[in-house]
Amino acid sequence: MAQRVGIEVSLACAEAVKLARTDVVSAYPITPQTHIVEHLAELVANGELEADFIPVESEHSAMSACIGSVAAGARTFTSSSAQGLALMHEMLFIASAMRLPVVMAVANRALSGPLNIWNDHSDIMAERDIGWVQTFAENGQEVVDLTLHAFKVAEDPRVSLPTAINMDGFILTHVIESIELPDQKDVDAYLPPFKPLQILDPGRPRSLGVVGGPEIYTEARKAETVALENAYAVVTEHFEGLRKQFGRAYKPVETYKSEDAEVLFITMGSLGQTCMSAVDEMRAAGRKAGVVRIRLWRPFPAGDFIDAVKGARQIIVCDRAISPGACAAPVGAEIKSLLFNRKINNIYVSNPIIGLGGRDVTRQFFKDIYAQAVKDAASGKPMATEIMGVKE
Amino acid sequence: MIEVRFHGRGGQGAVTSSELLALAAISEGKYASAFPSFGPERRGAPLQAYLRISPDPIRLREEIYNPQVVVVIDPALVANPAIKAGLGEDGLLVVNSTHDLDRIKQECAFPGRIARVDANSIAQQELGVPITNTTMIGALLKACPGLVEIESLRHPLEERFGANASKNLKALQRAFNETII
Repeated sequence: MAQRVGIEVSLACAEAVKLARTDVVSAYPITPQTHIVEHLAELVANGELEADFIPVESEHSAMSACIGSVAAGARTFTSSSAQGLALMHEMLFIASAMRLPVVMAVANRALSGPLNIWNDHSDIMAERDIGWVQTFAENGQEVVDLTLHAFKVAEDPRVSLPTAINMDGFILTHVIESIELPDQKDVDAYLPPFKPLQILDPGRPRSLGVVGGPEIYTEARKAETVALENAYAVVTEHFEGLRKQFGRAYKPVETYKSEDAEVLFITMGSLGQTCMSAVDEMRAAGRKAGVVRIRLWRPFPAGDFIDAVKGARQIIVCDRAISPGACAAPVGAEIKSLLFNRKINNIYVSNPIIGLGGRDVTRQFFKDIYAQAVKDAASGKPMATEIMGVKE
Repeated sequence: MIEVRFHGRGGQGAVTSSELLALAAISEGKYASAFPSFGPERRGAPLQAYLRISPDPIRLREEIYNPQVVVVIDPALVANPAIKAGLGEDGLLVVNSTHDLDRIKQECAFPGRIARVDANSIAQQELGVPITNTTMIGALLKACPGLVEIESLRHPLEERFGANASKNLKALQRAFNETII
């Protein structure tokens, strides 16, 4: 029987990787991802996880080693943050183009500079277009469940794409909390051994990742894009599998008190938790507020999102990253683009940028943002993206 | 839900105090979260650690601004105004100090309940070092009956300190007995 235990979220992530019977881990340490790979190194060293741990001299090499490892048919995991993720940049595209299901935990952290080790989403937003399946965890339990789910989705032959689980650095990774770690037999039932579509085998030589000139590049990119879009159905199917196996239900988009809400917060990651608590207090004060939390970021669950927000007159899209010089922040731009495509023009979209570089986001801050957004909408101010809470 | 804030200095183990209590609470079937004021720890610099314990799942990721209880692990921080930040007059201050309650009340100018214990002496005698984080847990549990059972700390202490767990448990129990409120 699975037990609810007190454990640091980073360690719980590593335990999930162990439960997944991962064959190969290759990683380079960087705060705040460090505890995940330290614990994995420990599990491998003391024999609890029968895997190869490949220490490397950089994140670029870590991702390269993961690509080679999956190509050879091994279930493979890595983890990184911020500058480390940025150093993987070019190899991230190789993993998806070669359809190699690497699984990576990203402990989200601000990109320097100024030098900052604390949380925001600027690292993963700089890797938005890598062609990986990407999810965002809201708490420690989701980190565990989404890690198992990531292997299941990535390695599904209908997907065969790398998958990243995003978890807010420190805010999730360094917290001790109550988490139910599943039993090995349940994980084994959910996640059978990896059956690669094709492997590099010296006995049967073949090439992966060959040149694609102008006559084929467009078609190759189209195929990869379609594969990512089609991953949506598999993601939801394996969410359902999670529910059946472990009793916890997940959807690509989650709603909270949204049905009769006039104003909806849109969040990704751990922000959703404090936001729900803020909404409880706002509801008690008579405000018709709700929350829509985006769990699946890529492929973007457009239909689910539209269903979640269509009854609202205003949405407040909370971004934890800046897109300097652009018309909106990354999530704000995504959603405005989607609403325009669907010819929905009766929702006022506010796009506050909050929680940068570890700035704490409190319930009161959500209430302040709400008050400002409602005022902006009432005054007929053009919809805007604004960095909030700036000290003057 | 109860919210506790620990004040100590880097190296004194305030973070460990909050973590041990969270582990003890979760082992009793409660929900808890423990986390430091995030950042690279610098030995000797004042720092805070946070603890939430609740009968229900906790859905808050903000730092603790209005604790019901503040635990001061370092005697030199008692007069620091930061320890009272957001602590209401109905709150509780648990301090490590050799001074009597009246003097502490003057030093920190806090009108609410104060619990004190000479944790440095206990830790020095029981552990041989003036590291007071586990000792101060005893004072906290005396001042907050039912927060967690002392026995629930045994396993987390064993996991963290191995062979030294029993010494830490003894220091904790002594502080529980010697705390004055």
